[in-house]
Amino acid sequence: MENNRLYVCSSPHLRDNVTTQRIMLDVIIALLPATAAGILFFGLRSALIIVTTVAASVLTEYLMRKGLKREQTVSDLSAVVTGLLLALNLPPSIPVWIAIVGAVIATGLIKQLFGGLGQNFMNPALGARVILVVAWAKYMTVWTEPFVDAVANATPLGLLDAATTATPAASAGVNYSYLDMFLGNIPGCIGETSALAILLGFAYLLFRKVISWHIPVIYTGTVAVLTWILGPEGIFTGDPLYHVLAGGLLMGAVFMATDYVTSPMTRKGIVIYAAGCGLLTVLFRLYGNMPEGVSFAIILMNIVTPLIDRYTIPVAFGGEKHVE
Amino acid sequence: MSLRWVFRGGVSAPHRKNTFESETSVINIPEKVIIPMVQHIGAPCTPLVKQGDTVKVGQKIGDSEAYVSVPIHSSVSGTVTRVEPMLYASGKLVMSVEIKTDGNQEIYEGISAPEVKNKDDFLKAVRNSGLVGLGGAGFPTHVKLNPPKDKEIDCLIINGAECEPYITSDYREMVENPSRVIKGVKLVLDYLNIPKAIIGIEDNKPKAIQMLADLAKSDKRISVQRLRSIYPQGAEKTLIYTVTGRKIPSGKLPADVGCIVLNVNTVSFIASYIENGMPLIQRRVTVDGPVVSQPKNVLVPIGTSLQDLFDFCGGFKSTPYKVLMGGPMMGIAQYSLETSVIKNTNAILAFDKKEGDLPAEWACIRCGKCVEACPMNLMPLEINRLVMANKTGELERYHILDCIECGSCSYSCPSKRHLVQSIRIGKDAVRRVKVNRN
Repeated sequence: MENNRLYVCSSPHLRDNVTTQRIMLDVIIALLPATAAGILFFGLRSALIIVTTVAASVLTEYLMRKGLKREQTVSDLSAVVTGLLLALNLPPSIPVWIAIVGAVIATGLIKQLFGGLGQNFMNPALGARVILVVAWAKYMTVWTEPFVDAVANATPLGLLDAATTATPAASAGVNYSYLDMFLGNIPGCIGETSALAILLGFAYLLFRKVISWHIPVIYTGTVAVLTWILGPEGIFTGDPLYHVLAGGLLMGAVFMATDYVTSPMTRKGIVIYAAGCGLLTVLFRLYGNMPEGVSFAIILMNIVTPLIDRYTIPVAFGGEKHVE
Repeated sequence: MSLRWVFRGGVSAPHRKNTFESETSVINIPEKVIIPMVQHIGAPCTPLVKQGDTVKVGQKIGDSEAYVSVPIHSSVSGTVTRVEPMLYASGKLVMSVEIKTDGNQEIYEGISAPEVKNKDDFLKAVRNSGLVGLGGAGFPTHVKLNPPKDKEIDCLIINGAECEPYITSDYREMVENPSRVIKGVKLVLDYLNIPKAIIGIEDNKPKAIQMLADLAKSDKRISVQRLRSIYPQGAEKTLIYTVTGRKIPSGKLPADVGCIVLNVNTVSFIASYIENGMPLIQRRVTVDGPVVSQPKNVLVPIGTSLQDLFDFCGGFKSTPYKVLMGGPMMGIAQYSLETSVIKNTNAILAFDKKEGDLPAEWACIRCGKCVEACPMNLMPLEINRLVMANKTGELERYHILDCIECGSCSYSCPSKRHLVQSIRIGKDAVRRVKVNRN
């Protein structure tokens, strides 16, 4: 028997060739159109921010793993994804040092301190963004007009807010066309303005089966329906298309809310979560004191995800009460 | 027939049916065979022979008084050289009979077609034949055919799905002996008085579907159901659901939903035994895998060593790293090439290090692919988390005992987590707690 030493392990002995690394790479590829759009509209400064946050995120992960004496995980590419997502959710004019602080918060505090990949209780990039918004509101709400290095009046959502909180006439003349909003020719965060670029990424993620359509479609659909119903002139007077294209909704629905770690896994759970994201986004946008609410909405739903998972354990096959 | 019921989950594992066109070849009688006294689920047999005895082909060499057990017969003629515990396919030592063959393959005098007039005769004959489920599980067939009196069986399901990659042993039976398969189905329907039979075959075997459907035309009770080629289509629960829409409740058996499921090879063997009375002493085994020189289907005497079987297939192209009994999704890794083919061995596969190595585990990213893949609607990642944290008490909340260990979750995991392995550990812990409680 000595000369026939065979390797023994438990079945299955066959694995699909999909890897975590490949999934992360797919997310990076899916983010390339939005990244390119950001650089196109807001100039090379956006590229600087993107490179900075990615580098800071990867370095933070490397140093923390080393400091905590854990095996290195940089090669799983998740730190790159976090850095990239963070940059795409920052205004182009953000000071570089704040971007670095954001990357350290995202990867160091929210991800690594809670145990690394798979253990974070909220989306690292969004969590960091929210902390930055609260801590450095001044820098996080300065917007740049596309193609010109000038400070913009307001984002499309800012205009809406002005219209409802100030006099309606104040914004009557200034509005963004649907086409500009679709292409991304509007002020906003680096990667969130171009619906077209984000949808290209969405199509790629669907094609690669990295995500399913459920969360983005249910989330966006909920926002569309609710903003239509809860219109400024009474029920059913809202402009759902404007709300879908404005702000960070599509970016959030496609790339942030779908984060595996912080979204539910069961079908029922996914519906609750996505609809919850939509409802909270609308409440924050229409009745909150800030124009945007996507980040807060997703983070709140991230936090209740373990609870949703716990209460939506599916009935096992054949476990139904009535069997025909 | 189009599909009315589609089970959720499952994985599109590669088919790798390299031996599809490999007509069954008959192996030369090996110099010795080792026949274990356990080749079925149930009570082990007691050897009826001792060292020095001469035995002939088909002679009973082991039996048991227990109901859930079947006799074991010699597959060769020769002399008993050892009767002692020897290495078994599961890795344990099991009482076995080693026979040095004389090469004459003399048939035992007592072999004759059984006299079958009624159901009782039929069940007795099936037991005497030594038949167990040939699809892999190895459950004694006469027990399956005799469900409790209060369970009315209205549907016989013949499993020709063969959803595991590589294996073509069932397929070859369907295309080489289609009329024997149909004959076996008719026998079971007749003696057990079951009104209908459905033969389920995955759609990657169009030739088998065609041949059996043509033969089934002669009998209104029998139909052929084309199935999706998706793993684990051939698992009992998913198969019954697909062809009848019935779901076996948790912890119950096919008979609880009025079904009996038999593998195509099993039912075909019934026909051959009723015809000539030769017990189960040989079977078709698919020999394949990346390091096997000549993959083929081989008719093998029970007890032939894996080494002899590989030698017959031209040996290895390179050193085997892992050898499986069964398919790559549920097969059992073997310690040694000295273990022998038993009644429920449908395939022997050999892999190199590249394909055979256990991949390193990465962190779970909670992607939910295992939840999507689970045909039993479980959440493998949560069970894995709880088992690793030793939280046995919470496992039943996640229906751990409903796991059929098909391996779809581990297969689909991008982080290569050892999900099924941990579920097995968890199941064991839960069962032990239950035993202690009672």
